[in-house]
Amino acid sequence: MIRKLMAGAAIAVVAAFGASAQTYVVEGKKVWTGTDAGTIENGIVVIRNGTIMAVGPSTMAKPEGAEVISAEWVTPGLISAFSRTGIIEVDAEDSTNDAVAAMSGFSASLDASDGFNPDDTAVDVSRLGGVTRVAVAPQPSTNLFAGQGFIADTSGAQDTDLKEEAFTFITLGEGGAGLAGGSRPAAWAQLRAAFDDARAYPTRYLAGGEGDVLSRRDAEALAPAARGRQLILIDARSATDLNAVMDLAESNRNLTFAILGADEGWRVADRLAKLKIPVIVDGFANLPASFSQLAATQENAARLDAAGVPVAIVNLDDSTHLARLMTQIAGNAVANGMDWDDAMKALTVTPASIYGLSGYGILAPGAHADVVAWDGDPLEVTTNADAVFIDGEPQEMRSRQTELRDRYLSLDKEDRPYAYVKP
Amino acid sequence: MMIRRNWVALAAAAIFLTACGGSGESDGPAIKPFTPNEPFDPDPYPSTYEAFPNAPVLITNATILDGEGAKIDNGSLLLQDGKISAIGADLEAPEGSTVIDASGRWVTPGIIDNHSHLGAYPSPSVSAHQDGNEISGPVTAEVWVEHGIWPQDPGFDRALAGGVTSLQVLPGSANLFGGRGITLKNVPARTVQGMKFPAAPYTLKMACGENPKRVYGYGNGSIPGGAPFSRMGNMAGYRTAWIKAAEYKRKWDKYSAEGGEMPARDLELDTLAGVLAGEILVHMHCYRADEMAQIMDLSKEFGYKVTAFHHAVESYKIADKLADYGACSSMWADWWGFKMEAYDGIPENIPMVHNAGACAIVHSDSDIGIQRLNQEAAKAWADGKRVGIDVPIEEAWEWLSLNPAKSLGIDARTGSLKPGKMADVVIWSGNPFSVYTKADQVFIDGALMYDRTDNAARPVRDFELGQPGEGDMK
Repeated sequence: MIRKLMAGAAIAVVAAFGASAQTYVVEGKKVWTGTDAGTIENGIVVIRNGTIMAVGPSTMAKPEGAEVISAEWVTPGLISAFSRTGIIEVDAEDSTNDAVAAMSGFSASLDASDGFNPDDTAVDVSRLGGVTRVAVAPQPSTNLFAGQGFIADTSGAQDTDLKEEAFTFITLGEGGAGLAGGSRPAAWAQLRAAFDDARAYPTRYLAGGEGDVLSRRDAEALAPAARGRQLILIDARSATDLNAVMDLAESNRNLTFAILGADEGWRVADRLAKLKIPVIVDGFANLPASFSQLAATQENAARLDAAGVPVAIVNLDDSTHLARLMTQIAGNAVANGMDWDDAMKALTVTPASIYGLSGYGILAPGAHADVVAWDGDPLEVTTNADAVFIDGEPQEMRSRQTELRDRYLSLDKEDRPYAYVKP
Repeated sequence: MMIRRNWVALAAAAIFLTACGGSGESDGPAIKPFTPNEPFDPDPYPSTYEAFPNAPVLITNATILDGEGAKIDNGSLLLQDGKISAIGADLEAPEGSTVIDASGRWVTPGIIDNHSHLGAYPSPSVSAHQDGNEISGPVTAEVWVEHGIWPQDPGFDRALAGGVTSLQVLPGSANLFGGRGITLKNVPARTVQGMKFPAAPYTLKMACGENPKRVYGYGNGSIPGGAPFSRMGNMAGYRTAWIKAAEYKRKWDKYSAEGGEMPARDLELDTLAGVLAGEILVHMHCYRADEMAQIMDLSKEFGYKVTAFHHAVESYKIADKLADYGACSSMWADWWGFKMEAYDGIPENIPMVHNAGACAIVHSDSDIGIQRLNQEAAKAWADGKRVGIDVPIEEAWEWLSLNPAKSLGIDARTGSLKPGKMADVVIWSGNPFSVYTKADQVFIDGALMYDRTDNAARPVRDFELGQPGEGDMK
């Protein structure tokens, strides 16, 4: 519901013309801030010039001329902590899939942002689901080192805000064993050798020298992570594999780690908490899908959270087209014991913190104006986003899916083919 | 109720004039028992499932969805002798009943998933466990998925915790004809036979589109690998097989009418002829609207019926045609985009199919999705509402129980809370269309098979014994 705030129509018009940018007021019966302000009953968020100017009760003075959007709930834009949105259009069509490069000679230097296409239809679908930022990782191709991940907004604009080389992505555990030649020892041998290569870059590569594992370019790309200047995201599932990663972390205190998957994380939660290693989990994983996930449970997120581990929640089942289901998964985490507020943080504050996105994932004065207005509790399966702001701009709430829907919503168009129905 | 006989057995019965006669109608078990006078046994792997002992259960003060479009506030439900005994308000508890006060809770028929691969693609998903698809050829109607089901799949227990009381396990979708599917009661058992839904009709899995042509045409890295290589080849493959099946059936029909030398038996054609005789139900994996339309014509060409299209992500484009034809669509709430034939998937597919008067079913095709089909229905229900398709929740529940039961030919015996039906019932902690709601108790044939609050009433399959996390809340 959008209406102009009529604090004197004439003044509003003047203000609108005189302003360099539109001001928006998003009001909600509940405004979840992600900060110490908690959830404000009947609150408003004031947006201007891409920034949140104010957050407070609706009794607070509203700027004149502001466009007002009313909703049940207002939250920060959601941040998918692990996604392939924007680098895959159709998974099964190689020509549209830029996540993986099985025939490439490169590994750590594969930069997923080179494959980002803001026109991918999943970008719009994610945005309509309230996801305003996605952390996008390449898929591993020829060894443990998948390459460089990035953060993008979901505006779908050609000038999409990209944070490139935000992290390097490494696969260990069963997946890593397969990639490295067939065993965990092979994976760890490859990992250690590659880190030595990266740390020795460029010295070792001068005068035609070669690395043990990494080519010159790959060593260069891994060097920031190997020297503690870039986040290392590691895919690991079992308690044993997680302990091995933690051993690595303990003996390399200067490096920064986050873990993806961590299906058995609850078994080693205290150690993860002590080492302050954040985890990115898919809360639905509760099957012994492999021998690395025997103790998987839907209570994983809740147990990790209770132990003090920073937890982000994502959909790993289809992280490309259905990244938006992170809300349903977080809702299920709540149903399985997680504090509701922490589950919301797992979609906002924690991913922002993992990737060093200061001023994102919260509603606070001065924060980036990624804001979502919802028609209900954002974690509820019957809730949808009514309006989405990215960098303070209201976003188009249309996607290819909504167009298809609207074309066929009523099947009574017998006079002309459906191809003439243009929603 | 109507019984379903194996057409071959029927034919044989006509010749050998067994004591059972050949009327084709009775109140007894649906599949004809083996008698020595018949040329072969139509039901060689019969269900050994019997309802577990159960005292009467009276559930009171519940919000009840009866599964046939009615919602009863503050209602009572009586389960007795494995059946729904009574539904309404203020029911009397019979002697020896367990009374469950379900204040604030909801009661529904058990969920029936008509598209699962549990047991056939079990957890753990190791190489030795890939028993769900006989991809050795494009026509493998001779295989029966029950012969590939591992009853120790922990996925069954997870589905039970999600309120699933019956499910159809299907072979995979690589083949044009993937083989026979099977309907199971979701009860732990040492054998597949111990899970088989008694006297449920057999089903046949067929597949449209990308999978068959990818697996065979592009198989083994050589192009062309073999037929089918294209959608044209898919259609030719179906038609060729149906022509053979029709001829096979003619031979057996003639033998049944006139006697003479018994025709040679063919396992593949047994199944296809069973479809042509109307005794085996066709469940067909098909995404695109235009392909479903051609398959409907194909079925008319050979005189059979497609019971349900599965995945059916484009059903919303031809929901009127599907309603006219009378096929169900088994759908996901929101999966889309992972391949070209899934590219036009939309979250309103299910309510749009329902709105056109066609049969809508929420299915999983997933060991994760099967655990919360109520939530999948809820998403679709809410997405429909936003575009003006306001389906009452009590009607939407038909997507989860009654319609899948219809698609499996078991709706006369389960799928709603009608007195006389199997007492397959879930007590939910609240409104099952909320993400925060969980199945508290699950009854199958009146027996309490799952209780969230009672560790003793939660099954643990053999595989999970002695492993990390054994017996944990999953």
